[in-house]
Amino acid sequence: MSNPSTERILNGEHSYLTIDGRIGGVVLDQRKHPLPWYVTFAIGFGLLQVMMLAFTWLLYKGVGIWGINIPVGWGFAIINFVWWIGIGHAGTLISAILLLMRQLWRNSINRFAEAMTLFAVMCAGLFPLLHTGRPWVAYWLFPYPSVLGVWPQFRSPLVWDVFAVSTYMTVSALFWYIGLIPDFATMRDKARNRLAQIVFGILSMGWRGSAGHWFRYETAYLILAGLSTPLVLSVHSIVSFDFAVSIIPGWHTTIFPPYFVAGAIYAGFAMVLILAIPIRAWYGLKDFITMRHLDWMAKFMLGTGLVVFYGYLMEAFYAWYSGNKYEQYMMMNRWVGPYAPLYWALIVCNGITPQFLWSPKVRRNLAMLFTISVVVSIGMWLERFMIVVESLHRDFLPSSWGMYAGTIWDWATFIGTIGFFTFNMFLFIRFVPMINMFEMKDLLHKITGRVPAQAITQRAHEAAELAEERA
Amino acid sequence: MDKRDKSQLYGLLAEFGDAEEIVVAAGKAREAGYTRLDAFTPFPVHGLPEAIGFRDVLVPWLIFIGGVCGALAGFGLQYWINAVDYPMDVGGRPFVTWPSFIPVTFECTVLFAAFAAVIGMLMLNGLPRPHHPLFNSDRFGRASQDRFFLCIEARDPRFDGAATRRFLEELGALSVEEVPA
Amino acid sequence: MSSKNDTNITQRDVLQRLKDRLAGRKGPEYWRSLEELAGSPEFQRFVEDEFPNRSSLLEAMKMDRRSFLTLMGSSIALAGLAGCRFLPAEKIVPYVQAPEDLIPGVPVYYATAAVILGYGVGILVESHEGRPTKIEGNPGHPASLGSTDALVQATLLDLYDPERSQNVSKKGQAATWDAFFAEARKTLASLPAGGEGLRILTGTVTSPTLAAQISEVLRKYPAARWHQYEPAADHNARAGAVAAFGKPVQAIYHLDKAARVLTLDADFLGQPPSNIRYARDFAERRRVRRGATEMNRLYAVESTPGITGAMADHRWALRPGEIEAIARAIAAGIGVRMGADAHQATYPWVDAVARDLAAHHGASVVIPGAGQPPAVHALAYAMNQALGAVGSTVRFVEPVEATPVDHLASLKELVADMRAHRVRALLILGGNPVYTAPADLEFADALASVPFSVHLGRYDDETAATCLWHLAESHYLEAWSDVRAFDGTASIVQPLIQPLYSSRSAHEVLAGLLGDPIPGLEIVKNHWRAGFAGPDARFEDAWRKWLNDGVIPGTAAKPVTVPDAKVPAPTPVVADGYDVIFRPDPNLVDGTFANNAWLMELPRPLTKLTWDNAALMSPAMAVRLGLATREKAYVANNQVVELSYKGRKLKAPLFILPGHADNCVTLHLGWGRTRGGSVCAGKGVNAYSLQTSDAPDYGSGLQIAPTQDRYELVSTHYHSAIDMEGRHPVLWRTFDEYQRSGYAPVAGDEESTPSESMFRTPPEYANYDGYAWGMSIDLNVCIGCNACVVACQAENNIPVVGKDQVSRGREMYWIRIDRYYQGTTEADLENPVTFFEPVPCMQCELAPCEPVCPVGATTHSHEGLNQMVYNRCVGTRYCSNNCPYKVRRFNFYKFSAGQPNNAPGNYDNPTYKLMANPNVTVRGRGVMEKCTYCVQRINEARIKAKEQNRTIRDGEIQTACQQVCPTKAITFGNIHDAGAEVSRQKQEPAKFVLLGDLNTRPRTTYLAKFRNPNPEIGTEKSLE
Repeated sequence: MSNPSTERILNGEHSYLTIDGRIGGVVLDQRKHPLPWYVTFAIGFGLLQVMMLAFTWLLYKGVGIWGINIPVGWGFAIINFVWWIGIGHAGTLISAILLLMRQLWRNSINRFAEAMTLFAVMCAGLFPLLHTGRPWVAYWLFPYPSVLGVWPQFRSPLVWDVFAVSTYMTVSALFWYIGLIPDFATMRDKARNRLAQIVFGILSMGWRGSAGHWFRYETAYLILAGLSTPLVLSVHSIVSFDFAVSIIPGWHTTIFPPYFVAGAIYAGFAMVLILAIPIRAWYGLKDFITMRHLDWMAKFMLGTGLVVFYGYLMEAFYAWYSGNKYEQYMMMNRWVGPYAPLYWALIVCNGITPQFLWSPKVRRNLAMLFTISVVVSIGMWLERFMIVVESLHRDFLPSSWGMYAGTIWDWATFIGTIGFFTFNMFLFIRFVPMINMFEMKDLLHKITGRVPAQAITQRAHEAAELAEERA
Repeated sequence: MDKRDKSQLYGLLAEFGDAEEIVVAAGKAREAGYTRLDAFTPFPVHGLPEAIGFRDVLVPWLIFIGGVCGALAGFGLQYWINAVDYPMDVGGRPFVTWPSFIPVTFECTVLFAAFAAVIGMLMLNGLPRPHHPLFNSDRFGRASQDRFFLCIEARDPRFDGAATRRFLEELGALSVEEVPA
Repeated sequence: MSSKNDTNITQRDVLQRLKDRLAGRKGPEYWRSLEELAGSPEFQRFVEDEFPNRSSLLEAMKMDRRSFLTLMGSSIALAGLAGCRFLPAEKIVPYVQAPEDLIPGVPVYYATAAVILGYGVGILVESHEGRPTKIEGNPGHPASLGSTDALVQATLLDLYDPERSQNVSKKGQAATWDAFFAEARKTLASLPAGGEGLRILTGTVTSPTLAAQISEVLRKYPAARWHQYEPAADHNARAGAVAAFGKPVQAIYHLDKAARVLTLDADFLGQPPSNIRYARDFAERRRVRRGATEMNRLYAVESTPGITGAMADHRWALRPGEIEAIARAIAAGIGVRMGADAHQATYPWVDAVARDLAAHHGASVVIPGAGQPPAVHALAYAMNQALGAVGSTVRFVEPVEATPVDHLASLKELVADMRAHRVRALLILGGNPVYTAPADLEFADALASVPFSVHLGRYDDETAATCLWHLAESHYLEAWSDVRAFDGTASIVQPLIQPLYSSRSAHEVLAGLLGDPIPGLEIVKNHWRAGFAGPDARFEDAWRKWLNDGVIPGTAAKPVTVPDAKVPAPTPVVADGYDVIFRPDPNLVDGTFANNAWLMELPRPLTKLTWDNAALMSPAMAVRLGLATREKAYVANNQVVELSYKGRKLKAPLFILPGHADNCVTLHLGWGRTRGGSVCAGKGVNAYSLQTSDAPDYGSGLQIAPTQDRYELVSTHYHSAIDMEGRHPVLWRTFDEYQRSGYAPVAGDEESTPSESMFRTPPEYANYDGYAWGMSIDLNVCIGCNACVVACQAENNIPVVGKDQVSRGREMYWIRIDRYYQGTTEADLENPVTFFEPVPCMQCELAPCEPVCPVGATTHSHEGLNQMVYNRCVGTRYCSNNCPYKVRRFNFYKFSAGQPNNAPGNYDNPTYKLMANPNVTVRGRGVMEKCTYCVQRINEARIKAKEQNRTIRDGEIQTACQQVCPTKAITFGNIHDAGAEVSRQKQEPAKFVLLGDLNTRPRTTYLAKFRNPNPEIGTEKSLE
């Protein structure tokens, strides 16, 4: 591997056509799919069935099949919800914030990250719905004129959640689709197969790439990015309000919003890496997702990881500084209580592990990078376990303390959603151009400043052909 | 083809090799007094809209209006529910606890604005439009891949089949073809 | 063709058979029993016997649906005819209004008496359209004074228990009452002259009518004998009286007159049937209000921690055998003439106690425990005489029992005779001796040698299985009878409902045997008419009045004057190895209530154990035996120990109980049933299997061996909540401090000053001047008896969830009693100060649960109720998470329907449906629920007040927990009414708010606990 500083964000000799070919080819040439795709997809599909089973049983029996109890009224469902939502954040962050910052390197990963966002939010969205005692009336959380005359109770963070998550889902989907329209047009025009032409034709909405269209398109896209940026920050802040607004020691904390957002980005980048590292290899996209990209993402992980770690330290500090005996006990309980091993595991995963990323060697070692990303993902799950369970299980009155452990159905649900995610992700890889082609061409144009050499020779060649035709 | 009457013609489509060329070409066409022309590129080419004399500032305004509506709708809904339609004593809080109404208001703002952006952009662009005369050209497919096209429409008052074709070829177009209406 | 013929034969035969089996069943029972019947293995079997050549009759029927239906249809019709016997109209008199103007939806209350261990507790029963739905105390009854306890509350569930035996059976085969009486009379006639070999076995009999009937039997059959055995009765008191005075007299204590109380292992606050009255009297002397100058002082010496010891100002945990020595020492200190063997004080505090008692001459009392030997009782009587207590704090009266005998001796005699084949016919009226008799008597196989044995009981239990005949006994709420309270006061037990099943009362059975089968009403009425002084005309009025009041005036036991008590010689102390102590279970007593799901699940007052009993021992002992480590001495470790005692072995799970006497193990009786219902069968371990008749209360020589087995005990308290973790959920002072401080407020800043709120209390509620409901709970008189918990369960249709769900922390109680120990030092561990704190919903004015509900399913009413709207709840459980008191309960499954694993007490069961309170919603799956301050009662009172165009009076609304409370520790009312009792209590300096610093502003507040230690015995500083 060459040194990242000299490393470019677009490798190899490329023309517009080769970019289209390499990226669009994955979709247009369905025969080209590598074995790993089939294996991973099969696993994802299997786990998806597990999720279906778990949810069916849940609806049939009730939430009693889970480990939740009084005092621990929330368990895996909420942990997983926060975990998935967090993962979802990297996508919007990469596509929106980096766009505003004019980070060219974002172009090769944003499509991919946005898709990840959508699927992660889909997984997350399942939990708030299904963790309710009566999911069939969960629609009562939406404000609609009901015959009862009652409305949602807008002081509840759960209602804020409903708005935040659904808005986030919608805007991400729009953002993603808008980005796809020109690429769909490209696919439409490249496709030789009638069905593909029709499908992409419909999806591309008859995009012609007219200068005026591009102008409005870019304006809208840029402003959408501007809207998504505060949105992505608001979503996880609001998720953190679910806890911060309550009075439970360990939840009632002002540090939560920034700490949750940082954690989200942290987890998000980890997940992007977990997906990107193998896929770029399987589909020969190393030219587009270069070591430079991985290096930058690793740096992002390091940065956000430090913020998160700072969050842990601040929690401890304020527990002591507040002089509040409940807070202090909560902290002690995390350190030496029945769940202490999980707490220290969390510190190792999220506090210690990312420190390796200081070293460029580690950042450029794919194996290490991949491992660290996995460890961080686990750590972020543990963090949510710590917040949700360890705060609830021992609150104010010792008489009503309890313990919590997930049941087989809790695990089935969690693992099932991972399958759901993988399943969607791999369908996306196969049927949608996973890297933004027009932006890559734009990028190529910006880098070279002029048409690449071999593109010219190719054009001369074609001009000759045309002349012959005319004659 | 040449025998074709002007009225059945959509316009002349000139194909160029790269972004810089088409910007120049478009500029020249404007100088030559052509008004009904449009350029088609695989990716946004800067300076091109100006070159063909395109100006539009509607999109940002639509988005702004959308946002404002969202904010009003969001806060208004919560205020009306809690103060007018069904006031309830919830945990001894006042009926209108504005701080706790902010999150939803914000989300509504973003949501409405986003819809305004997307729908506005598509409407103004006249999309979706599954069919368009340009698609009759078999070369036009490259417009979404690696070619840059300039089209002078037949409706243009200064349009003259032969003269315009010559004009375009002089601009250094790789090819010029007639696009039937 | 041939098959057709067969089917015809079949029909005729089966018809006959079905009719027999169905005879005597009635009501909705039919359809269910019929299905059972058609499916039951016996049925299959008999079918196959009848037609060996036919694989199964049912198949034939399946093939021929038409004939099957004809068969079933006609059998129902016929059996129906057999079932509807003509019932004479029996007048029962409502307490407040006459039944003729019974308005649907408006409950009617009837006075009757609950029968607990043979004694009566006066009650008023709420009846909705003829269905008894709730039991309340009868204010006019001396044993109740308007309160009841957990047992009495739970008897309601017994009435509706679908597992009660429903008919007569012979060798397990369904039979009829007629068949029984026919055979019984034949047998009696066949007995030798004078009814040689006829025996009757009963429990404690206080019912005048039953006693009269039995003596009539004895008159008719002079050679017959009557035996009595009541396992959980206070046998030693009787023996002690005989030892001290030469005759069985009964001591009645008047704790309302006692300034100093010493209990020698006596659980007078918990032991039925006198517990309710004693608790009330005790509380009267214990309430502390501003300006109070005196408060009673309780010294407790006990082995097994009980609620009485938990209330004590000084408590010492001693082995049962050591208590007599203490008693002697104190007696000597008081000045009882002990003769030669005066005992010198073994403990420093003994003299101080003696001095204190003596100093309150005539206002102090010594109460001996049921588990202590007669000698201790005799000593106690002597002490009371020396203290001048007799006549003031103690009264000696004639025994309330019809015929006081030594039950154990009586039982032994019966067993001996049975073994010697001298018993030809045995009539067991109630009770379950096969299970409750001490193991060494081997009652069961003795009983097997009796040719004609009859068991009248409410359950098909161990005894029923051993006897030839089993007769279904009526519940006291469905049959006429009479009973006497612990002080002798007689009440008529009037039924509120026709027997649900084909059951009869002991009266009816005896009457039947005596040859004139008249209904219960006649039997009881005739008895009282016979004894009535005055013309018959006046009797009817008197009778009406007795029924109306629930008590028969002038029936209290007559006082007797007793000579100076003879002090018996000291019983030699045998202390080899460890002691085993047998105690009635706090909830199941001797096993009588074992099939009662409410009592099964109800956490025991101190262990908080549910659904199991265990070998209780002290932490120190567990550590010595290597069963626990010092650090984790109080953490449940699921160990199972093997107890060997007098050649018998028993494996029991270990439960380490702080405050338990060292070197002894307590086993609670009433568990480990093998029959008698799915609720009790197989739960816990059977302590009777170790109990011997020579030492039924406790004995030495127990060996304990650890085993590899593990067993999960379920306790509703998280074990390490042994002290308050530096928190102050309960505030307390010593009475002395409180007085010297000039009754300064007890709550410190932390408890009183709330943290700042983001919002000012908005005017729209602040200015509300209508009713504002509030509650005050006086921790100083709460004895932690659990009565409120069961009362709430009965009033609010709270389901039972079963052990598995309790172990997951999903019990559904709307009010719970928190138990706290103070301190963590070893000394504390061995003898901790114990606190009880009932915790219902606090009804916070700034309720944390409300703003977090996304659908507004929990909101505030104008009157300050924190309302839960079940049908709006989507079940996010956020409210429960955010409730600092954790008083909200969630329906994780459809608990009301007995899910997940068919937990008992479910409201989908047809019989339990009858029991449900129609004014309270039965909650479905996935919704949150909690205490509502009994809003249904509030609205009932509101409606009545509106009808009469007035405001609701103070005390007019009583919540279920308040009404049942024996010590009246709970007060409810309108806090906007300055004159209301609840408002006055909230003005007390002793008032404190639970977790007040959270600024939740609860409507439920507490009055601090006071302790009144003897300054001579180690001064205690209260928790600061």
